[in-house]
Formats: sequence, C-alpha cells, structure tokens
Amino acid sequence: MSSIGTGYDLSASTFSPDGRVFQVEYAMKAVENSSTAIGIRCKDGIVFGVEKLVLSKLYEQGSNKRIFNIDRHVGMAVAGLLADARSLAEVAREEASNFRSNYGHDIPLKHLSDRVAMYVHAYTLYSAVRPFGCSFILGSYDKDDGPQLYMVDPSGISHGYWGCAIGKAKQAAKTEIEKLQMKDMTCRELVKEVAKIIYIVHDEVKDKAFELELSWVGEVTNGRHELVPKDIKEEAEKYAKDSLEEEDDSDEDNM
Amino acid sequence: MLGEAEPQWLTEEVKTGTTIIAIEFNGGVVLGSDSRVSAGQSVVNRVMNKLSPLHDKIYCALSGSAADAQTIAEMVNYQLDVHSMEIGEDPQVRSAATLVKNISYKYKEELSAHLIVAGWDRREGGQVFATLKGLLTRQPFAVGGSGSSYVYGFVDAEYRKGMNKKDCQQFVVNTLSLAMNRDGSSGGVAYLVTIDEHGTEEDVILGNDLPTFFDQ
Repeated sequence: MSSIGTGYDLSASTFSPDGRVFQVEYAMKAVENSSTAIGIRCKDGIVFGVEKLVLSKLYEQGSNKRIFNIDRHVGMAVAGLLADARSLAEVAREEASNFRSNYGHDIPLKHLSDRVAMYVHAYTLYSAVRPFGCSFILGSYDKDDGPQLYMVDPSGISHGYWGCAIGKAKQAAKTEIEKLQMKDMTCRELVKEVAKIIYIVHDEVKDKAFELELSWVGEVTNGRHELVPKDIKEEAEKYAKDSLEEEDDSDEDNM
Repeated sequence: MLGEAEPQWLTEEVKTGTTIIAIEFNGGVVLGSDSRVSAGQSVVNRVMNKLSPLHDKIYCALSGSAADAQTIAEMVNYQLDVHSMEIGEDPQVRSAATLVKNISYKYKEELSAHLIVAGWDRREGGQVFATLKGLLTRQPFAVGGSGSSYVYGFVDAEYRKGMNKKDCQQFVVNTLSLAMNRDGSSGGVAYLVTIDEHGTEEDVILGNDLPTFFDQ
C-alpha cells in the first residue's frame, strides 16, 4: 500500500492529513529491502534463522553477523539497516546489564522488549533525528517462564509471538511458519524446519549466494543463547536442501 | 547545678539497638524483631515495629540507625512499586535484596544500618537475604542488631533444616526473648511477620506472653 506523501513526509514530527507518519513508514520499507530473518518459539526454546546475502565473494565467511547476543539468555535477530541494528543491540545490552545490576537477576524478555521499543519510539518523535531503519526479533528461555519471542519494528511497537518473520520474504516465510505445529515441537526438530523455511523463501534468481545463520536458546542449551553447533547446522541444511529437491521432483511429476 | 549536661535523648543518635531475625521454611519465611528504640541510655520508643514492608510478600527487618534504616526501606519500597508495575508481576525477593544492597554499598560510609530482607516469590519460594555493609548473601536464616551477639550460640545450636512454619515461629520467638533479656538495647514486645504463598500475617507477642527461661 504505497502512496506518495508529498510535503508531509519530510520529517518524523509531521502527520499527514490522513493521520500517518510517513517517515516511520519509509523506515519500515528499509526493513523490507533487507533479506529475511525468522524466529520461532517451540515448546522448549526459540530458534532464529537468518538468510544472510553474500554480496561479494571477497567477504570473509561469517562477517556481518545478523544475530546478536544481548545477555546470556537473550538473542536478537535483525533485518534492515545493519548499522542501525548494531546500535540497537548495544542499547539492548546496556538495558539488560543495568537491569541485572539493579535487580540481581536476568531481565524478563517482555520488559527488555518494552524498554528497547520505547527507545526506538523516541526516535520517531523529532525532526532532528531519523527513525531506526531496522526491525528485530528478541528471544529468550527461562526455566520458570519458558521460551519467549518478541518482535520490535521501527515504529516502536512490540508484540509477543509464536513465530514471526521480517525482511523481504516475510509474507512467504509467514505462510510457511503457519504450517508448523510449533507448540508441539522441540528445538532439535525446529532447527531443521527453520533452515528449510529460509531455503524455501530464498530467491535463487534475484539473490545469488547466501549464508544461513542459525541460533537457538532453550532447554537444549540450558538457557544460554548460542549459535547452533556446526554438526547440527549441517544436518539441518542437508534436510533443507533435500526437502527442496523433493518438492522440485514432485512438481515435475505433476506435469 | 553547674555543668549539668543536656538529656541524652537530645544529642545521641537514635538507634534501633535491636534484635532482628529472619528464617526460611519450605513455602515461606518468618521475620521477627524486638521493639526498643534507644537514644543513648534512654528508650525513646518501646513499641516500634521494626519489620517494614517492601512489597506485599517481601519484608525487611531494620537495625542500626533508625533514620538510616527507615529511609532505605522507604526508598526500596518505592523502587519496588515502580519495578513491579514495569515488569507486570510481583517482584522477586532477590530484586528487593539487591536494591537494598545497592544503597547500602554505595553509601556505606555515610549510612549505619543493616537490613535483613526476607519474603516469598513464586520462583524460589521463601528466601532470606543478609545485606550487612553492602554484601548480598542468601542464607537459611539470619540474625542482626546488637542483641544478635548474645544469641549466636543459641541459633547455631538449635537450628535444624526442614523446620515447618510453626517450628520456625517458635524458634524466632525463643531467640528474640533470649536476646531481649540479655541485651540492654533490645526489649519491649516481639513482632512477628509470617509470609507464604497465601499471604502475610503480622503478630505481636506482648512482654508477659514471651517464653521464659531458667532465670524467670
């Protein structure tokens, strides 16, 4: 739903006559230009998957990570302007660290998400600054409260989710996510499905090479947010590639 | 008469001389305190309740300088009110204890108070934390105040793991009574607060209802 907001879109401190803040909407477009990131909550943890497009063969493998550690028990996957996202990751880290210092325990994810969302929202109020051009998904696992997943967008809104996707293929990814019965799955099963979804939504024609970033936090990691170990990741990628080939084959049969 | 000094209560700092104790049982905590507030050798209040609420299910026991201890308790009460609204649920006992510890440590040169923080939360059940001089440590039970020196032997010998609520209440009352008998700065009545998942009960045990020992 795009429209030109001529004259009302020059600063975040201006409403349009139909009640929209165009700068915030433009910031969300910046997120849609970025490659896809998904986060899914299952019964014993969270899995993040990011389709990290490799723009040049000269890049060192593993550079420009899009999944961050915010605290021992919290991970963050981002889409949009990577520099904006890194700065917000620092903000989130400070919030989590100050909370631990003041209150003596891990920050509850909803509270962290509310605090960072408030910070993002503050940048949508003034003409002197521009809104952040990134969305991010926060996930954590706690033995009493279980797994939690929250997503924050450039307008400063945050919601809790069982599964969510951000970036250019978010609609396709959401469709795939909705097919899953995530409430009954464990992290180990979910890792493979997340890899498969990223491979499915990756556009071979428009974007060439990509690296899959996978991370998880849950009972399987004792509540610590970590990158998925190499062997499990390889198994998940193999599963994803095999599933895609099967689908291709079955398409041919229908012909 | 020449050179007559002012009464002590005009010049001496007001201390809650005190005996305070808190003990954890399976499912909650019991806190106890005496009720004497002294300024030098004068008792300026003989019925002060030194068990101060920090939140619905978290209390603290005050000792040392009365003003310092009360102020810390009020500040933490306020901070916990805001905190519990921000996180949308009851605060953890550890959070309350950390807030008290942060103030006690930051201002340790200026303040002279020791608060024992005890309460119940849904994650860890009953917990007792000592915050003397700005440390933070969880213990099965803690004693504090000037009267505590007289009863370390008693509590060390009589404490058993796995005491139930009634046993803990009796243990607290016995300890307070013994300390109040020996410490000049402790006395009056005994205040008790019992906290568990069902709620908080406050009790007073008047002087003549306190348990008596060999010399009474």
